[in-house]
Amino acid sequence: MKLLYFPGCTLKTSAKNLEKSANAIMEKLSHELKEMDDWVCCGVVSSLSDDDLMRHLAPLRSLIHVEDQGEDKVITLCDMCCNTLKQTNLRVKEKPDDLETLNAFMDKENDYKGTVNVYHFLEFLRDEVGFSKLKQMVKNPLKGIRIMPYYGCMMLRPREVAIDDAEDPQIFNDLLDALGAEIVDNPFKIECCGSYHTIENKDIVSKRAHHITNYAFERNADAIILSCPLCRFNLDVRGKEAELMFKGYKQIPIYYYTQLIAIALGIDPEICGFDDHAVDPNLLLKKKGVYKI
Amino acid sequence: MHKKIPKNKEISKIIFKKGELVKEVEEISGENLFGCYQCGTCSSGCPYIDDMDLTPDEVIRYIILDRKEVLNSKTLWLCSACFTCAERCPRDINITKIMEALRQIILRRKIDYSNTRKTTKKEREKIPQIAFVSLFRKNIG
Ligand code: SF4
Ligand code: SF4
Repeated sequence: MKLLYFPGCTLKTSAKNLEKSANAIMEKLSHELKEMDDWVCCGVVSSLSDDDLMRHLAPLRSLIHVEDQGEDKVITLCDMCCNTLKQTNLRVKEKPDDLETLNAFMDKENDYKGTVNVYHFLEFLRDEVGFSKLKQMVKNPLKGIRIMPYYGCMMLRPREVAIDDAEDPQIFNDLLDALGAEIVDNPFKIECCGSYHTIENKDIVSKRAHHITNYAFERNADAIILSCPLCRFNLDVRGKEAELMFKGYKQIPIYYYTQLIAIALGIDPEICGFDDHAVDPNLLLKKKGVYKI
Repeated sequence: MHKKIPKNKEISKIIFKKGELVKEVEEISGENLFGCYQCGTCSSGCPYIDDMDLTPDEVIRYIILDRKEVLNSKTLWLCSACFTCAERCPRDINITKIMEALRQIILRRKIDYSNTRKTTKKEREKIPQIAFVSLFRKNIG
């Protein structure tokens, strides 16, 4: 199966490893993520002003380009892109007047017909591939590794675009079960990582990273699993910096779910781009005997 | 409710007639602030509460009471639109949108709240692009 894929800016720059590991999983599953033509930056944060339609133009353009390419489904890897595309899609489907205004504004694009559905890659793996199928394909089970799921915001809120329960999501638990890992569940899994404050307010983000990870650290978790490239950066890099702020604190390694699936399926770890992480994710996998290099 | 909120010169110059602040917030956000019964649920779950000068429920109260100094509060800029409060409010008030409306009231008067020039080159190279676009949209307009 070939599926249309919307990458977004970050997947092409600071989160190449997320894209590469997702592509490798798809290859193993005999599917393909086909990058769509003419995607544009989604704008990252959905407009929250009722009187401002302009912010919906960018996501809408990409949705139109999906229709132009004859598809009714598009997959995203970035949580923020996914959220923004889903919110615009929902708004224009619920408010035909807004869609009319937006369509009228654009002169080069075709009108949006509202036929596209936006999927998070994790949603696709759960609903269309099935975690049980992944379980059957596991070559290197993540046995004996204690992992804390972390969701952050954009996958779960607002509820209308969530891919799982907004207060007590289970999707990572189910995935980790399939991959053979142990789960360290926690109440902070749905709290914000500090988001864009990482630029001008680093210390606040380090405090967030410590607050979230320390719970796992104290319960002997070995690692954290997550999906969003900004959450990864904040927990990994700002979390590492937090070691200087909090005595005795040690940041544990962070994995994208795609990296852990790839490792479990026996895909070459090179694909995972672990060199880009602040806390080396290789050490743990070697220590636990998941693979040897 | 007499909290010290540091004044920002430019923001303090914004003039509102009586009752205009709440009207503008309601127009931009589409939310009815008067539905708030001050239970504090929004504030109890906010991840930035420790660093805020006004808690989210206080922000709502300040707007209703026409206290313009709310525009000087750092709470507006600490809110990262995580939607936790909006998700939990028992009165179904979307506080996330109210915070955005307050930021918009300032930004639409051509006052911005960002200084990315201070970010070092090394940092610029490793911080994910989504962080920059979010910051620009939230703090510049
Ligand atoms: S949760 Fe809702 S009702 Fe309660 S204080 Fe906050 S805005 Fe008001
Ligand atoms: S949306 Fe803003 S005010 Fe509400 S809980 Fe999140 S950070 Fe706090």
